[in-house]
This record gives sequence, structure tokens and C-alpha cells, in this order.
Amino acid sequence: MAGLPPAPAAWCSGLRKRYRRRTAVHDVSFEVGRGEVVGLLGPNGAGKTTVIKMLLGLVRPDGGEALLLGRPAAEPAARTDVGYLPELFRYQPWLTPTEVLALHVRLAGAAVPEAERKECLATVGLAGRGDDRVGGFSKGMQQRLGLAVALVARPRFVVLDEPTSALDPLGRADVRDVVLDLRARGVAVLLNSHLIGEVERVCDRVVVLDRGRVAAAGTLAELLGQRELRLHLTGLTAPALERLARTGEVHREGDWLTVAVPADDEATAPELVRDLVGLGVSVHAVEPVRMSLEDRLLGILRAGAADREEQS
Amino acid sequence: MTTVLTVAALTVREATRRRVVLALGVLTVALVGLSVLGFSRLAGESLTSGEARLVASILLNLVMFGFSLVAALGTAFLAGPTLAGETESGTALAMLARPVRRSAFLLGKTLGLVAFGSGFVVLAGLAEVVVVGLTVDYWPPSPVAALVLLGAQTAVLLTLTVLLSTVVSPMASGVVAVGLFCTTWVAGVVGAIGGSLGNEAVERVGSVSRILLPTDGLWRGAMNAFQDPGALTAFGGADEGAGAFPFLSVAPLTPVYLGYTALWVVMVWALAALAYGRKDL
Repeated sequence: MAGLPPAPAAWCSGLRKRYRRRTAVHDVSFEVGRGEVVGLLGPNGAGKTTVIKMLLGLVRPDGGEALLLGRPAAEPAARTDVGYLPELFRYQPWLTPTEVLALHVRLAGAAVPEAERKECLATVGLAGRGDDRVGGFSKGMQQRLGLAVALVARPRFVVLDEPTSALDPLGRADVRDVVLDLRARGVAVLLNSHLIGEVERVCDRVVVLDRGRVAAAGTLAELLGQRELRLHLTGLTAPALERLARTGEVHREGDWLTVAVPADDEATAPELVRDLVGLGVSVHAVEPVRMSLEDRLLGILRAGAADREEQS
Repeated sequence: MTTVLTVAALTVREATRRRVVLALGVLTVALVGLSVLGFSRLAGESLTSGEARLVASILLNLVMFGFSLVAALGTAFLAGPTLAGETESGTALAMLARPVRRSAFLLGKTLGLVAFGSGFVVLAGLAEVVVVGLTVDYWPPSPVAALVLLGAQTAVLLTLTVLLSTVVSPMASGVVAVGLFCTTWVAGVVGAIGGSLGNEAVERVGSVSRILLPTDGLWRGAMNAFQDPGALTAFGGADEGAGAFPFLSVAPLTPVYLGYTALWVVMVWALAALAYGRKDL
């Protein structure tokens, strides 16, 4: 075994889960490498939280396999170095944050000195609130505490399920910093978030789930591989339109046209402009447009919906 | 083992922080205070020593029933929120995502609840025994066995509540557990009346209920250990009217029944652990 690369932080293959007559997760496979930040995206009800819970042994899969840091996810020991902030976060209202952290350190079997635990509370913005009762905390503060709970036992893999749902913009920026800091320290992160901008800024890779299936997966460069050119043209002729269509999908709004072009091909734009001019078209403006993750995600989900309609 | 002890300590701390201990303490002081008043009045009555022992014996059983009912209600309504409530609210999610076995977590919860519930009933019962002893000079024949059986009765009911908490909502688990506890007690009284009337079919109601839920069986054993042996004779003997009286017990518990009760607890808890282990959170 020596010399082999370490097992991924999380790995799952063919995960399936059915709740009575509804299939929540259907054949989901993906991987989170060591030190990698992976974003889990998808609409409501796509099965993201169920997948996370199956990885953490909180929900029993009906089929498939899952490994956490190289050990079967069903074994409690697999979760030794895992931190988790649930979507439904709630901590004992009759304890103080200091006591909640002490409890989780004990349950994790870790030895974390008090000073480090205090530092952890400070990282999430709860410095000086360690001895207050959790019951008196706002939702945002409880979510910050949840983040501290996920980080306190020196995890090697952190799962954050909607970590900013109750946070203000400042809190969201704090979470972003925490995730970037984890990545810098080589801690793997699986981030489920509806805030696509957040995912785009911090994630190395993205897995898109739709209706319990992996609709797309890859690095941001792979997923956003497509670029667009916005062109202001007059004097368009039929051969010019044909030339544009050969390049990629064309959307037209009056004299403005948008053409999809491959990202890695630097020659496409100048060749297209040269040909259009050659075909007698007046080119007033050419603007490169980078596709956002949001547009890409919507495109993936809409394409999935269209496929389903066609099949039915 | 660390998980079990950590969760057990957490459960006891929850009972303390949620002021359950305070509420039960106040209730116990009130009950013991009232009984001090009552028993001291009794000591002032011109009763023969035999009559005084008889009345003290019956009243002691009555007060103990009050304590066991308070313990049953208290623990049943504590077990629901602490187990089913934590699962419903999401508090359990973060804890069970730690490297802990669900069975160890459940055992910790159960032990914490048993320590709290049985501890309460034993301490309150002990206070009452001392009060009765000091005011009317009545000392039960086997106070230790009686208090242990009272504690065991609470433990049995708690085990049932833990099982219910793993499968139904917190509110339903408390209501069903207390309902079954009271039903079993009534069935025990009905069975005892059947026995004293010589009606085997009615007597069987009590026997069957004591098998299904051993709380009433243990309660009857505790009563037998608290009461004056002469009380049965005063009510016409075990085979006549004494058995029909709800606060007297005609016979001590057999080792076989105690063994069965231990087996019942293990089996019901194992069922709870199985259900909790398979539960999707």
C-alpha cells in the first residue's frame, strides 16, 4: 500500500435512495479529492442533502457504495476526521457554545486544547459569546456556532450543507474566508450552496445534481468551457447567417447577435470577423462574453427538463 | 464507552438545566411536607400500635404510588423530547455525524434517563420512609428492596419510552407510555379483585398485563416490601379481601419474574437500538 496516493476525502458510486414511492437519489457517483473544494449544486429537491447524509451514515442508502477518507461510510470510525454543518442546524439550547464545542470534541475522540476551541469560536465571529446560552442566539449566530462545531475537531474533510442560509453578507464573506483557509490548509470541503457566486469563487470542482442524478460534473474551466461573442452587425446576408450558424448556436435581438464559441480556440473570433467582413457585413462591435456558472447551471437544468419532456 | 458516558452525563445535565430537577425537587418537598403533616396528626390519634402500623403501611404505599406516578410522567415526557425531539429538530444530526455508534448514543441516553428517573424515585422514596419512621415509628420490612423495585419500575417504563421515541413523535411517545403505565396499573387492580373473588378469567387480566409491561408487577413487589406483614391479615388474609385492596400486595416477587423483567428490559432496549440504528435522520 505504501507509495499509493491517499484515498479521496469522499467517494461514492451508484448511490440510490427511495422514500416510499419517491426516488430521491438515483445512481449518484462522484469524488472529493484530498484538499479539494467541491461544490454541490442543484435545484430544490435534487437530492443534495440526501447524498450528503448518505455519505455521513445518517441515511441508509438503498444501493451503491460510499467511502469517507478511505473507509466505508457506514462505519462510525470513517467519520473520525470529518466535520459537518447540517442544513437543519440546531444545538442544545441549554448549553453554552463552549460546552457544545467540548461535547463535540469528546464525541470526536479528539484532544483539542481549550485555547484552540476558543480560537475556533473567534474564527466564526463568536468571540466573547462562549459563555452565553445557545437558546438566546439568533439563527445566524447558531449557524456560526454550527460552523465552529464542524471545524473544532481538526477535520480533514468538512461537509457544509447550506452554510450561509441564515447569514448576512458579512457572515457569507466569513464563510468564504473559512473555506479558502481550509483549502489552503489542505482540508477537503464539500459545499452545498444555493449561492452560485459563492461556489464559483471558492470551488475547484462542481457536481450538479438534478432530480437525484448527476447532471454535470467537472472543474469550473470544464463546465464553463463555452464562451460567447456578442456582435453588432448590419447588412446581414443569408450566407453570413449561415457562416455564423456554422460557428455555434446563434441568438438574435435586432442587430445584436450572440454566438457560442469554443473557449479554448483563440482563432475562432478573428476568423469569424474576417469572413463576415468578406461577406459584406458591417461589423460595428465584437464583445467576448464569459458564461457565468449561473447561466451554465440553468442551461444544464433546462436541457434536462427538455430531454424529459421529449421522452414523455 | 466514552460516548455512552458522555451522552449519559449530557442527558442528566439537560434534566438539570431544563429545571426538571428543580420542579421535581419542589414537588417532592411538597409531597413529603404534606405527609409529615398527615403522619404527625396520625401519631396524635388514639390508635393501637397495630392500627397505627396498618394505616401507616397503607398510606406509605399510597404516597409511594404518587412518587412513582410523578417519576413516570416526568421521565416519559423527558425521554420523548430528548430522543425523538432531538431527531425531529436536527440536534441529533451533528452529534450522530461524529464517530459514534447509534446504539452507544441510545445507551447513553437511556442510562442518563434511568439515573435521573430512578434516582429521583429512590431518593424521594427514601425521604418518605424516614419521615414515616420518625413520625409514627413505622419502618418497612425491606426498605432497600422496595426502593430498588421502585427504581426498576421507572427503568422499565423508561425503556418502553425510549423504544417509542425511536418510532413515533415526542408527544405521542410520552402519551402512549404514560397511558400504558396507567392501564397496566388498572389491569393489575382488576386482576387482584378477580383473584380475591376467585374469578380466574378476571385474574388473568392482571397476569397478562404484568407480562406485557412489568411496571405493575414491580410496583406490587415494592408495595409488598413497604407494607406491614400484619396488614394482609387485618384485611382478611391474602386469599380473601386483602388482594382486592389497591394499596396492598399479597406476595413478594419471585426470582423468575425478576429475571423475566431483566430479560424484558434487554429485549425492548435491543429493539429500540435496532429501530434507531435503521432510522433515516
